[in-house]
Amino acid sequence: MSRAALLVLADGRFPAGGHAHSGGAEAAVRAGRVTGAASLEDFCRGRLHTTGLVAAAVAAAAALGADPGELDAAADARTPSPTLRRAARRLGRQLLRAGRVAWPSAELDALAERFPKGAHQPVVLGVAARAAGLGPADAAYCAAYESVSGPVSATVRLLGLDPFEATAVSARLAPEMDTVVSRAVGTARRVAGEGADALPAASAPLLETGAEAHAGWAVRLFAT
Amino acid sequence: MHLGHSLSHGGPEVVGADARRPDGVRRALRIGLGGPVGSGKTATVAALCRLLRDEVSLAVVTNDIYTREDAEFLLREAVLPPERITAVETGACPHTAIRDDISANLEAVEDLEDEVGPLDVILVESGGDNLTATFSKGLVDAQIFVIDVAGGDDIPRKGGPGVTTADLLVVNKTDLAPHVGSDLARMAADARAQRDGLPVVFQSLRSEEGARDVAAWVRERLAVWTA
Repeated sequence: MSRAALLVLADGRFPAGGHAHSGGAEAAVRAGRVTGAASLEDFCRGRLHTTGLVAAAVAAAAALGADPGELDAAADARTPSPTLRRAARRLGRQLLRAGRVAWPSAELDALAERFPKGAHQPVVLGVAARAAGLGPADAAYCAAYESVSGPVSATVRLLGLDPFEATAVSARLAPEMDTVVSRAVGTARRVAGEGADALPAASAPLLETGAEAHAGWAVRLFAT
Repeated sequence: MHLGHSLSHGGPEVVGADARRPDGVRRALRIGLGGPVGSGKTATVAALCRLLRDEVSLAVVTNDIYTREDAEFLLREAVLPPERITAVETGACPHTAIRDDISANLEAVEDLEDEVGPLDVILVESGGDNLTATFSKGLVDAQIFVIDVAGGDDIPRKGGPGVTTADLLVVNKTDLAPHVGSDLARMAADARAQRDGLPVVFQSLRSEEGARDVAAWVRERLAVWTA
Protein backbone atom coordinates (compact mmCIF):
# COMPACT_ATOMS: atom_id res chain seq x y z
CA MET A 1 0.00 0.00 0.00
CA SER A 2 1.27 3.43 -0.92
CA ARG A 3 0.80 6.06 1.81
CA ALA A 4 1.37 8.77 -0.76
CA ALA A 5 -1.69 7.57 -2.72
CA LEU A 6 -3.77 8.81 0.21
CA LEU A 7 -2.32 12.29 -0.24
CA VAL A 8 -3.11 12.19 -3.95
CA LEU A 9 -6.73 11.17 -3.31
CA ALA A 10 -7.25 13.63 -0.44
CA ASP A 11 -5.63 16.57 -2.22
CA GLY A 12 -8.04 19.48 -2.60
CA ARG A 13 -6.66 19.91 -6.12
CA PHE A 14 -7.64 16.38 -7.16
CA PRO A 15 -9.76 17.21 -10.24
CA ALA A 16 -13.09 15.78 -9.17
CA GLY A 17 -15.37 18.79 -9.12
CA GLY A 18 -15.30 19.68 -5.43
CA HIS A 19 -14.21 23.25 -6.09
CA ALA A 20 -17.71 24.18 -7.30
CA HIS A 21 -19.38 23.19 -4.02
CA SER A 22 -19.44 24.94 -0.65
CA GLY A 23 -20.84 22.07 1.43
CA GLY A 24 -23.70 24.26 2.58
CA ALA A 25 -21.42 27.12 3.63
CA GLU A 26 -22.88 29.57 1.11
CA ALA A 27 -26.40 29.07 2.46
CA ALA A 28 -25.15 29.29 6.05
CA VAL A 29 -23.24 32.51 5.32
CA ARG A 30 -26.31 34.10 3.73
CA ALA A 31 -28.45 33.03 6.69
CA GLY A 32 -25.99 34.72 9.04
CA ARG A 33 -25.03 31.48 10.74
CA VAL A 34 -21.40 31.60 9.57
CA THR A 35 -19.81 35.01 10.04
CA GLY A 36 -16.18 34.28 10.95
CA ALA A 37 -13.72 31.63 12.09
CA ALA A 38 -15.56 30.72 15.30
CA SER A 39 -18.95 30.14 13.67
CA LEU A 40 -17.27 28.40 10.74
CA GLU A 41 -15.73 25.98 13.22
CA ASP A 42 -19.15 25.29 14.77
CA PHE A 43 -20.64 24.77 11.31
CA CYS A 44 -17.86 22.38 10.28
CA ARG A 45 -18.07 20.45 13.54
CA GLY A 46 -21.77 19.91 12.93
CA ARG A 47 -21.17 18.83 9.37
CA LEU A 48 -18.32 16.49 10.34
CA HIS A 49 -20.40 14.62 12.94
CA THR A 50 -23.47 14.29 10.69
CA THR A 51 -23.05 14.08 6.92
CA GLY A 52 -19.28 13.74 7.39
CA LEU A 53 -19.74 10.66 9.56
CA VAL A 54 -22.22 9.09 7.14
CA ALA A 55 -19.99 9.80 4.14
CA ALA A 56 -16.97 8.39 5.96
CA ALA A 57 -18.84 5.20 6.87
CA VAL A 58 -20.17 4.70 3.34
CA ALA A 59 -16.70 5.30 1.89
CA ALA A 60 -15.14 2.86 4.36
CA ALA A 61 -17.75 0.20 3.56
CA ALA A 62 -17.13 0.64 -0.18
CA ALA A 63 -13.39 0.37 0.43
CA LEU A 64 -14.04 -2.91 2.26
CA GLY A 65 -15.79 -4.24 -0.85
CA ALA A 66 -19.47 -3.91 0.12
CA ASP A 67 -21.94 -3.89 -2.77
CA PRO A 68 -21.92 -0.39 -4.35
CA GLY A 69 -25.60 -0.61 -5.27
CA GLU A 70 -26.62 -1.30 -1.69
CA LEU A 71 -24.38 1.51 -0.45
CA ASP A 72 -25.73 3.94 -3.03
CA ALA A 73 -29.28 3.20 -1.91
CA ALA A 74 -28.20 3.61 1.72
CA ALA A 75 -26.64 6.98 0.91
CA ASP A 76 -29.86 8.02 -0.86
CA ALA A 77 -31.91 7.10 2.19
CA ARG A 78 -29.61 9.22 4.35
CA THR A 79 -29.83 12.29 2.08
CA PRO A 80 -33.34 13.78 2.32
CA SER A 81 -32.62 16.74 -0.01
CA PRO A 82 -33.10 15.87 -3.70
CA THR A 83 -30.64 18.66 -4.55
CA LEU A 84 -27.96 17.09 -2.39
CA ARG A 85 -28.66 13.64 -3.83
CA ARG A 86 -28.21 14.97 -7.33
CA ALA A 87 -25.04 16.81 -6.30
CA ALA A 88 -23.63 13.70 -4.60
CA ARG A 89 -24.16 11.63 -7.76
CA ARG A 90 -22.70 14.33 -9.95
CA LEU A 91 -19.63 14.53 -7.73
CA GLY A 92 -19.44 10.74 -7.74
CA ARG A 93 -19.42 10.73 -11.52
CA GLN A 94 -16.70 13.37 -11.59
CA LEU A 95 -14.59 11.48 -9.06
CA LEU A 96 -15.08 8.29 -11.06
CA ARG A 97 -13.71 9.96 -14.17
CA ALA A 98 -10.61 11.21 -12.37
CA GLY A 99 -10.18 7.99 -10.41
CA ARG A 100 -10.34 5.74 -13.48
CA VAL A 101 -7.50 7.63 -15.10
CA ALA A 102 -5.45 7.89 -11.89
CA TRP A 103 -5.91 4.25 -10.81
CA PRO A 104 -7.25 2.14 -13.70
CA SER A 105 -9.17 -0.81 -12.28
CA ALA A 106 -11.86 -3.27 -13.28
CA GLU A 107 -13.92 -2.35 -10.19
CA LEU A 108 -14.02 1.34 -11.15
CA ASP A 109 -14.94 0.40 -14.73
CA ALA A 110 -17.74 -1.82 -13.45
CA LEU A 111 -19.00 1.01 -11.26
CA ALA A 112 -19.05 3.36 -14.26
CA GLU A 113 -21.02 0.83 -16.29
CA ARG A 114 -23.52 0.26 -13.51
CA PHE A 115 -23.92 3.98 -12.70
CA PRO A 116 -23.31 5.89 -15.95
CA LYS A 117 -24.71 9.09 -14.41
CA GLY A 118 -22.85 8.59 -11.16
CA ALA A 119 -23.16 6.88 -7.78
CA HIS A 120 -23.06 8.80 -4.49
CA GLN A 121 -19.61 10.35 -4.14
CA PRO A 122 -18.60 8.45 -0.94
CA VAL A 123 -19.34 5.12 -2.69
CA VAL A 124 -17.03 6.07 -5.55
CA LEU A 125 -14.48 7.38 -3.06
CA GLY A 126 -14.32 4.01 -1.33
CA VAL A 127 -13.97 2.05 -4.57
CA ALA A 128 -11.33 4.53 -5.79
CA ALA A 129 -9.46 4.06 -2.51
CA ARG A 130 -9.48 0.28 -3.11
CA ALA A 131 -8.18 0.85 -6.63
CA ALA A 132 -5.41 3.03 -5.20
CA GLY A 133 -4.42 0.24 -2.81
CA LEU A 134 -5.81 2.09 0.21
CA GLY A 135 -7.89 0.75 3.09
CA PRO A 136 -11.23 1.64 4.73
CA ALA A 137 -9.72 4.10 7.21
CA ASP A 138 -8.02 5.96 4.36
CA ALA A 139 -11.30 6.28 2.46
CA ALA A 140 -13.04 7.43 5.64
CA TYR A 141 -10.31 10.00 6.27
CA CYS A 142 -10.78 11.45 2.79
CA ALA A 143 -14.55 11.75 3.33
CA ALA A 144 -14.26 13.20 6.83
CA TYR A 145 -11.60 15.68 5.78
CA GLU A 146 -13.60 16.74 2.71
CA SER A 147 -16.65 17.35 4.87
CA VAL A 148 -14.64 20.07 6.62
CA SER A 149 -12.22 21.30 3.96
CA GLY A 150 -14.97 22.03 1.42
CA PRO A 151 -16.83 24.58 3.59
CA VAL A 152 -13.55 25.99 4.89
CA SER A 153 -12.12 26.85 1.47
CA ALA A 154 -15.51 28.10 0.25
CA THR A 155 -15.80 30.42 3.24
CA VAL A 156 -12.42 31.95 2.45
CA ARG A 157 -13.98 33.03 -0.85
CA LEU A 158 -17.42 33.91 0.51
CA LEU A 159 -16.38 36.03 3.49
CA GLY A 160 -12.85 37.00 2.52
CA LEU A 161 -11.95 35.11 5.69
CA ASP A 162 -8.27 35.19 6.66
CA PRO A 163 -6.92 31.98 5.06
CA PHE A 164 -4.67 31.26 8.05
CA GLU A 165 -7.62 31.48 10.44
CA ALA A 166 -9.60 29.23 8.11
CA THR A 167 -6.86 26.62 7.96
CA ALA A 168 -6.59 26.71 11.73
CA VAL A 169 -10.27 25.68 11.87
CA SER A 170 -9.44 22.51 9.94
CA ALA A 171 -6.42 21.88 12.14
CA ARG A 172 -8.43 22.28 15.36
CA LEU A 173 -11.01 19.78 14.07
CA ALA A 174 -8.39 17.15 13.18
CA PRO A 175 -8.66 15.22 16.46
CA GLU A 176 -12.44 15.01 15.98
CA MET A 177 -11.89 13.73 12.44
CA ASP A 178 -9.87 10.88 13.98
CA THR A 179 -12.82 10.04 16.24
CA VAL A 180 -15.32 10.20 13.39
CA VAL A 181 -13.14 7.98 11.19
CA SER A 182 -12.76 5.34 13.82
CA ARG A 183 -16.52 5.27 14.41
CA ALA A 184 -17.17 5.17 10.67
CA VAL A 185 -14.80 2.26 10.08
CA GLY A 186 -16.32 0.40 13.04
CA THR A 187 -19.81 0.57 11.53
CA ALA A 188 -18.52 -0.14 8.02
CA ARG A 189 -17.03 -3.41 9.21
CA ARG A 190 -20.48 -4.53 10.36
CA VAL A 191 -21.99 -4.05 6.90
CA ALA A 192 -20.72 -7.41 5.63
CA GLY A 193 -22.72 -9.23 8.34
CA GLU A 194 -25.67 -6.90 8.95
CA GLY A 195 -26.11 -5.06 5.65
CA ALA A 196 -26.12 -1.32 5.02
CA ASP A 197 -28.57 -0.71 7.87
CA ALA A 198 -25.55 -0.89 10.16
CA LEU A 199 -24.33 2.40 8.71
CA PRO A 200 -24.93 5.56 10.77
CA ALA A 201 -27.84 7.80 9.74
CA ALA A 202 -26.87 11.11 11.34
CA SER A 203 -28.28 14.06 9.46
CA ALA A 204 -28.26 17.85 9.70
CA PRO A 205 -31.70 19.25 8.84
CA LEU A 206 -30.39 22.78 8.26
CA LEU A 207 -27.92 21.49 5.67
CA GLU A 208 -30.73 19.70 3.86
CA THR A 209 -33.25 22.54 3.91
CA GLY A 210 -30.52 25.11 3.26
CA ALA A 211 -29.46 23.20 0.14
CA GLU A 212 -33.02 23.25 -1.20
CA ALA A 213 -33.34 27.00 -0.65
CA HIS A 214 -29.87 27.64 -2.11
CA ALA A 215 -30.76 25.74 -5.28
CA GLY A 216 -33.48 28.31 -5.95
CA TRP A 217 -31.27 31.39 -5.72
CA ALA A 218 -30.81 33.33 -8.95
CA VAL A 219 -27.29 34.41 -8.02
CA ARG A 220 -24.84 32.15 -6.20
CA LEU A 221 -21.14 31.40 -6.29
CA PHE A 222 -21.34 27.66 -5.61
CA ALA A 223 -23.42 24.82 -7.04
CA THR A 224 -24.40 23.69 -3.52
CA MET B 1 -5.85 11.56 -33.35
CA HIS B 2 -6.54 9.10 -30.60
CA LEU B 3 -4.18 10.00 -27.80
CA GLY B 4 -3.57 6.51 -26.56
CA HIS B 5 -5.64 6.56 -23.38
CA SER B 6 -7.49 3.43 -24.35
CA LEU B 7 -9.53 1.69 -21.72
CA SER B 8 -9.17 -2.03 -21.68
CA HIS B 9 -12.45 -2.73 -19.93
CA GLY B 10 -14.77 -1.03 -22.38
CA GLY B 11 -16.55 1.26 -19.93
CA PRO B 12 -17.83 4.72 -20.74
CA GLU B 13 -15.49 7.39 -21.98
CA VAL B 14 -13.29 8.82 -19.28
CA VAL B 15 -10.62 10.77 -21.10
CA GLY B 16 -11.77 14.03 -22.57
CA ALA B 17 -9.18 14.13 -25.31
CA ASP B 18 -10.28 10.87 -26.90
CA ALA B 19 -11.57 11.63 -30.37
CA ARG B 20 -14.06 8.77 -30.39
CA ARG B 21 -17.02 8.05 -28.17
CA PRO B 22 -17.39 4.65 -26.49
CA ASP B 23 -19.52 3.44 -29.43
CA GLY B 24 -16.68 4.26 -31.83
CA VAL B 25 -18.36 7.29 -33.38
CA ARG B 26 -16.26 10.42 -33.68
CA ARG B 27 -17.29 12.94 -31.04
CA ALA B 28 -18.09 16.59 -31.74
CA LEU B 29 -15.34 19.13 -32.29
CA ARG B 30 -15.09 21.18 -29.09
CA ILE B 31 -14.13 24.83 -29.36
CA GLY B 32 -13.48 26.94 -26.25
CA LEU B 33 -14.15 30.68 -26.08
CA GLY B 34 -12.39 32.56 -23.29
CA GLY B 35 -11.45 36.12 -22.49
CA PRO B 36 -11.96 39.00 -20.06
CA VAL B 37 -15.36 40.00 -18.66
CA GLY B 38 -17.45 41.99 -21.13
CA SER B 39 -15.28 41.39 -24.20
CA GLY B 40 -18.18 39.87 -26.14
CA LYS B 41 -17.82 36.11 -25.72
CA THR B 42 -21.52 35.42 -25.35
CA ALA B 43 -22.41 37.79 -28.20
CA THR B 44 -19.85 35.99 -30.39
CA VAL B 45 -21.31 32.61 -29.43
CA ALA B 46 -24.78 33.87 -30.32
CA ALA B 47 -23.56 35.20 -33.66
CA LEU B 48 -21.76 31.93 -34.44
CA CYS B 49 -24.90 29.93 -33.66
CA ARG B 50 -26.93 32.06 -36.04
CA LEU B 51 -24.35 31.72 -38.81
CA LEU B 52 -23.67 27.99 -38.41
CA ARG B 53 -26.84 26.36 -37.08
CA ASP B 54 -28.35 25.63 -40.49
CA GLU B 55 -25.25 23.80 -41.76
CA VAL B 56 -23.86 22.02 -38.68
CA SER B 57 -25.34 20.33 -35.61
CA LEU B 58 -24.40 22.69 -32.76
CA ALA B 59 -24.57 22.86 -28.97
CA VAL B 60 -23.26 25.31 -26.36
CA VAL B 61 -21.92 24.92 -22.82
CA THR B 62 -21.68 28.10 -20.76
CA ASN B 63 -19.60 28.58 -17.60
CA ASP B 64 -21.02 31.47 -15.64
CA ILE B 65 -19.31 32.73 -12.53
CA TYR B 66 -22.29 33.24 -10.27
CA THR B 67 -25.48 33.12 -12.34
CA ARG B 68 -26.94 31.40 -15.37
CA GLU B 69 -27.06 34.68 -17.24
CA ASP B 70 -25.01 33.68 -20.25
CA ALA B 71 -27.11 30.58 -20.80
CA GLU B 72 -30.26 32.61 -20.24
CA PHE B 73 -29.15 35.24 -22.75
CA LEU B 74 -28.63 32.53 -25.38
CA LEU B 75 -32.02 30.99 -24.53
CA ARG B 76 -33.76 34.35 -24.70
CA GLU B 77 -32.15 35.12 -28.03
CA ALA B 78 -33.29 31.65 -29.17
CA VAL B 79 -30.04 31.07 -31.03
CA LEU B 80 -30.48 27.31 -30.47
CA PRO B 81 -33.24 25.09 -29.08
CA PRO B 82 -33.02 25.06 -25.25
CA GLU B 83 -31.96 21.41 -25.05
CA ARG B 84 -28.77 22.34 -26.90
CA ILE B 85 -27.61 24.83 -24.26
CA THR B 86 -26.17 23.69 -20.91
CA ALA B 87 -24.88 25.84 -18.04
CA VAL B 88 -22.03 24.59 -15.81
CA GLU B 89 -21.66 26.08 -12.34
CA THR B 90 -18.06 26.94 -11.59
CA GLY B 91 -17.82 27.72 -7.87
CA ALA B 92 -16.49 31.28 -8.14
CA CYS B 93 -13.56 30.16 -10.20
CA PRO B 94 -14.23 29.92 -13.95
CA HIS B 95 -10.65 29.13 -14.96
CA THR B 96 -10.62 26.12 -12.64
CA ALA B 97 -13.58 24.61 -14.46
CA ILE B 98 -12.00 25.00 -17.90
CA ARG B 99 -8.41 24.14 -17.05
CA ASP B 100 -7.56 22.58 -13.67
CA ASP B 101 -10.68 20.50 -13.03
CA ILE B 102 -12.56 19.97 -16.26
CA SER B 103 -14.79 17.14 -15.03
CA ALA B 104 -18.05 19.12 -14.89
CA ASN B 105 -17.52 20.51 -18.37
CA LEU B 106 -16.66 17.10 -19.80
CA GLU B 107 -19.87 15.74 -18.36
CA ALA B 108 -21.82 18.60 -19.91
CA VAL B 109 -20.39 17.97 -23.38
CA GLU B 110 -20.86 14.20 -23.13
CA ASP B 111 -24.44 14.58 -21.91
CA LEU B 112 -25.22 16.94 -24.79
CA GLU B 113 -23.90 14.39 -27.27
CA ASP B 114 -25.92 11.63 -25.58
CA GLU B 115 -29.12 13.63 -25.40
CA VAL B 116 -29.24 15.78 -28.56
CA GLY B 117 -26.48 14.24 -30.67
CA PRO B 118 -25.04 13.53 -33.07
CA LEU B 119 -23.30 16.89 -32.83
CA ASP B 120 -20.68 18.40 -35.12
CA VAL B 121 -19.50 21.27 -32.92
CA ILE B 122 -19.83 22.14 -29.24
CA LEU B 123 -18.91 25.68 -28.24
CA VAL B 124 -17.66 25.84 -24.64
CA GLU B 125 -17.81 29.39 -23.34
CA SER B 126 -15.77 30.30 -20.27
CA GLY B 127 -17.04 32.74 -17.69
CA GLY B 128 -15.30 36.08 -18.04
CA ASP B 129 -11.94 35.83 -16.37
CA ASN B 130 -8.47 37.26 -16.70
CA LEU B 131 -5.75 37.24 -19.35
CA THR B 132 -4.19 34.01 -18.06
CA ALA B 133 -7.32 31.86 -18.41
CA THR B 134 -6.87 29.12 -21.00
CA PHE B 135 -8.68 25.87 -21.69
CA SER B 136 -7.29 22.42 -20.98
CA LYS B 137 -6.51 20.33 -24.05
CA GLY B 138 -8.48 17.60 -22.30
CA LEU B 139 -11.62 19.70 -22.71
CA VAL B 140 -11.35 21.49 -26.06
CA ASP B 141 -9.70 20.84 -29.40
CA ALA B 142 -9.17 24.50 -30.20
CA GLN B 143 -9.66 27.76 -28.37
CA ILE B 144 -10.67 31.28 -29.27
CA PHE B 145 -9.61 34.18 -27.04
CA VAL B 146 -11.89 37.22 -27.23
CA ILE B 147 -10.67 40.67 -26.22
CA ASP B 148 -12.14 44.02 -27.16
CA VAL B 149 -10.75 47.38 -28.19
CA ALA B 150 -12.39 49.14 -25.24
CA GLY B 151 -10.46 47.01 -22.73
CA GLY B 152 -7.30 48.88 -23.67
CA ASP B 153 -5.27 48.74 -26.88
CA ASP B 154 -2.21 47.59 -24.90
CA ILE B 155 -3.67 44.12 -24.20
CA PRO B 156 -2.07 42.47 -27.26
CA ARG B 157 1.29 44.01 -26.34
CA LYS B 158 1.03 42.71 -22.76
CA GLY B 159 0.47 39.20 -24.08
CA GLY B 160 -0.32 36.42 -21.60
CA PRO B 161 -1.34 32.84 -22.34
CA GLY B 162 -4.73 33.70 -23.86
CA VAL B 163 -3.47 36.36 -26.26
CA THR B 164 -0.28 34.50 -27.14
CA THR B 165 -1.35 30.87 -27.47
CA ALA B 166 -5.07 30.79 -28.38
CA ASP B 167 -5.68 29.19 -31.77
CA LEU B 168 -7.63 32.28 -32.78
CA LEU B 169 -7.46 35.75 -31.24
CA VAL B 170 -10.59 37.85 -31.75
CA VAL B 171 -10.38 41.61 -31.22
CA ASN B 172 -14.01 42.57 -30.78
CA LYS B 173 -15.98 45.85 -30.87
CA THR B 174 -13.80 47.49 -33.52
CA ASP B 175 -16.65 49.98 -34.07
CA LEU B 176 -15.78 51.47 -30.67
CA ALA B 177 -12.11 52.13 -31.50
CA PRO B 178 -12.49 55.81 -32.48
CA HIS B 179 -14.60 56.49 -29.37
CA VAL B 180 -12.16 54.99 -26.87
CA GLY B 181 -8.95 56.11 -28.54
CA SER B 182 -7.77 52.59 -29.43
CA ASP B 183 -5.25 52.24 -32.25
CA LEU B 184 -6.32 49.18 -34.29
CA ALA B 185 -3.15 49.18 -36.41
CA ARG B 186 -1.04 49.08 -33.28
CA MET B 187 -3.17 46.29 -31.79
CA ALA B 188 -2.75 44.29 -35.00
CA ALA B 189 1.03 44.79 -35.05
CA ASP B 190 1.36 43.87 -31.37
CA ALA B 191 -0.80 40.77 -31.83
CA ARG B 192 1.28 39.66 -34.81
CA ALA B 193 4.45 40.07 -32.77
CA GLN B 194 3.05 38.08 -29.84
CA ARG B 195 1.44 35.24 -31.76
CA ASP B 196 4.08 33.77 -33.97
CA GLY B 197 1.86 33.40 -37.03
CA LEU B 198 -1.37 32.36 -35.29
CA PRO B 199 -4.46 34.06 -36.76
CA VAL B 200 -6.15 37.22 -35.48
CA VAL B 201 -9.64 38.44 -36.42
CA PHE B 202 -10.85 42.00 -35.90
CA GLN B 203 -14.63 42.12 -35.74
CA SER B 204 -17.59 44.30 -34.94
CA LEU B 205 -20.81 42.40 -34.33
CA ARG B 206 -22.66 45.59 -35.26
CA SER B 207 -21.30 45.49 -38.78
CA GLU B 208 -22.81 43.50 -41.59
CA GLU B 209 -19.88 41.05 -41.55
CA GLY B 210 -20.46 40.31 -37.86
CA ALA B 211 -18.81 37.04 -36.83
CA ARG B 212 -18.34 35.89 -40.43
CA ASP B 213 -14.55 35.48 -40.18
CA VAL B 214 -14.78 33.52 -36.94
CA ALA B 215 -17.47 31.29 -38.45
CA ALA B 216 -15.20 30.64 -41.44
CA TRP B 217 -12.40 29.67 -39.06
CA VAL B 218 -14.75 27.26 -37.25
CA ARG B 219 -15.71 25.69 -40.61
CA GLU B 220 -12.03 25.18 -41.45
CA ARG B 221 -11.43 23.56 -38.07
CA LEU B 222 -14.42 21.28 -38.54
CA ALA B 223 -13.20 20.27 -42.01
CA VAL B 224 -9.84 19.24 -40.51
CA TRP B 225 -11.55 17.43 -37.60
CA THR B 226 -13.80 15.37 -39.85
CA ALA B 227 -11.19 14.73 -42.58
